[in-house]
Amino acid sequence: MDNSKEKKLKLFAANVRKLVIEAVYSAQSGHPGGSLSSADIFSYLYGDKLRVDPLNPEDPKRDRFVLSKGHCAPGLYAALSHRGFFDTCKIKEFRQCGSMLQGHPCRACVPGVDMSTGSLGQGISAAVGMAMMGKLDGASYRVYALMGDGELQEGQVWEAQMSAAHYKLDNLTAFIDFNGLQIDGKTDDVMSLGSIEAKTRAFGWHTIMIDGHDFSQIEAAVEEAEKTKGQPTMIVAKTHKGKGVSFMEDQAGWHGKAPNQEQYEMAMAELDAALAALEVEA
Amino acid sequence: MTKMATREAYGKALVEFGKDPNIVVLDADLSKSTFTMLFQKEYPERHFNMGIAEANMMSVAAGMSTCGKTVFASTFAIFAAERALEQVRNSICYPNLNVKVCATHAGISVGEDGASHQCVEDLAIMRAIPNMRVISPCDAASTRLAIRAAIETPGPFYVRLGRLSVEGVYGEYGDETEFTIGKANTIREGKDITIIATGLMVQQSLGAAEILKEKGIDARVLDMHTIKPIDTDAVEKASKETGAIVTVEEHNILGGLGGAVAEAAAETTPCIMKRVGMRDTFGKSGKPEGLLKIYGLTAEDIAIEVEKTYARKMSLAK
Repeated sequence: MDNSKEKKLKLFAANVRKLVIEAVYSAQSGHPGGSLSSADIFSYLYGDKLRVDPLNPEDPKRDRFVLSKGHCAPGLYAALSHRGFFDTCKIKEFRQCGSMLQGHPCRACVPGVDMSTGSLGQGISAAVGMAMMGKLDGASYRVYALMGDGELQEGQVWEAQMSAAHYKLDNLTAFIDFNGLQIDGKTDDVMSLGSIEAKTRAFGWHTIMIDGHDFSQIEAAVEEAEKTKGQPTMIVAKTHKGKGVSFMEDQAGWHGKAPNQEQYEMAMAELDAALAALEVEA
Repeated sequence: MTKMATREAYGKALVEFGKDPNIVVLDADLSKSTFTMLFQKEYPERHFNMGIAEANMMSVAAGMSTCGKTVFASTFAIFAAERALEQVRNSICYPNLNVKVCATHAGISVGEDGASHQCVEDLAIMRAIPNMRVISPCDAASTRLAIRAAIETPGPFYVRLGRLSVEGVYGEYGDETEFTIGKANTIREGKDITIIATGLMVQQSLGAAEILKEKGIDARVLDMHTIKPIDTDAVEKASKETGAIVTVEEHNILGGLGGAVAEAAAETTPCIMKRVGMRDTFGKSGKPEGLLKIYGLTAEDIAIEVEKTYARKMSLAK
C-alpha cells in the first residue's frame, strides 16, 4: 500500500473513532469497545474498498456489507456518515427517540445499511444469502461481513460457515474482529474458542490471520480473498478492544459503556491529537 | 374428488408460479416431505438445500430477499416457527423482507411422529410478530391461491400446511375460488350460530354443520384462512347476526384462531364463544384420524360443542 493511501485511510479511521465516541457519549449508551477495535476494518472498507455510492445506496450492483456484530453500530454509522451516506451531525442523535440511528443497525432506517442486525450470528447467514444470489445472478458484486470473536459462540455462525463453504462462495469475505474480550471478560474465560484459525479452516474457508489495525495487511488479505476461487475467505483480524482511546484499550468494561463528560473530553483530546498529527504529516 | 395434502398443493403451486426467475426456494433436508422437491426438479438452479440448519436457512432467506428475490423457506412447522423463531423475527420480520415461510406438518395430524413434531403453537407465535401475515389454508385449491397471493404481496408470510391428505372444499370452483388475504370465506350460511374454522378443521366443521342440521340447528361456517390480519368484519357480522361463535383449530386454544377471534369480538361485539382445539396439551403418536378423535377434533366432537354453545346462547336469551 502506498503512503498516500495509507495516510488517507488513517485519516478516515481517526474521524471514524471520533464519531464513535461522539455517538456513544451523546446517547450515554452503546458499544465503544468493539466499534473502536473494528474501526480500521470499517475504514478500509468504506474509505477505499467497497464499490458503493452514497447517492445510490440501493444500487443492485453495489458491494454488500453486513455488520454481523450489530452492537458495533456506532462504528458502522461513523463510517457511513464519513463516507457521505448521511450528515455526520446526525451521529449525535444515535439511540435517541425519533432518530434513524437505532441502537443496532436497521436497514429500513439508514441509507447504506444492507442488513438489520443485532442478534448475534444472524448477519453472517444473511451475507451468505446475498453471496448465493450474487452467484445465481452472475453478478460481480462482493459481499463482506464482520463478526466478533465472542459472536463465534453462537451456533448459527457455524451453520452459516458450513453453508458458505458448501456453496463455494468465493464472492464472500468475512472478518472476525478478534479482540479477545466479551461482556463478561476474556473470551477464553467465558467460553473458550480454541483455535479460530483451525476451526474456520476445517469448515472449508480460506483463512488469513492479520493485524487488524494494519491497513497494508487488511488490504493484502482482502486482495488475496478476491483471488481465492472455490471457497469463501475468513480474515481473522487480531485487534485491541477500545483501540485509539488509551484508557479503553483492552478493557472488557468498555464493551458497552458510555464515557462520562471527563472521559469524553480525555478521549476526544487524544483522538484530536492523533488526527492533528496525521494532518501535519499530510 | 381426489384428496390432496396442502403440502403437496404447495409444491405444485411453486412449480406453477415458479417460472418467475426471481423466485427461489430453500429447504432444510425435508424437500421430499415439504414437496419443494417438485420445484427442485423443475428449477434446480433456484432450489437450495440448506441442510439440517433451520436458523441459518431463515437468515439466508432474508439476505437473499435483499437482492430482490421472492424467497420461499420450507421445513416442518415445529422447526420453522419455533427452532428458528428468533431468526424469523429479527432477520425477516423486523426488516420486513420478502420471505414466505411455508411450514408443513403442522398440528397433530402429523400423526405417528408424535408430540416432538406436532406443532400446536405456531399460529399464536407467528401472529404475535409485527409485519408477519399468517395464512392457514384448508385444501389444495385454497393453498394454490394462498401461494399466489403471497407471491403478489411483498413482505413476510407464514403459511401453515398439513401432512394429511384432505378433501377439497373449494375444488368444485376450480381456479375461480375466491381467496383474498384477510377476508374469511362463508362456506355455509346459517343463522343460529357461527363456526369459524381454519386449516383441516374447515372440513370437519362442515361435517359438524350437517350433523347439527339434523338437530334443527342452522350453523354458519366460515373458513378463516387468514389468521392475521384477522377478518374483524366477518367476526362482528357473525356475532351480531348469529349471537354465538365456536372457533375450531388444530392448534392450542391459546393464542391461535380462537384467541384472534375472541380478541376481535371482545373489542367490538362480544358474544357467547367457545374455542375448540388442543386444550393446552401436547399431542401423541398415532394415526391422524385416531388422534383427531382423542383430542375432540372430529365433526361429531365439534357438533357436540356447538350444540352446547347454542344451548348457552338460548338460555341467556330467555
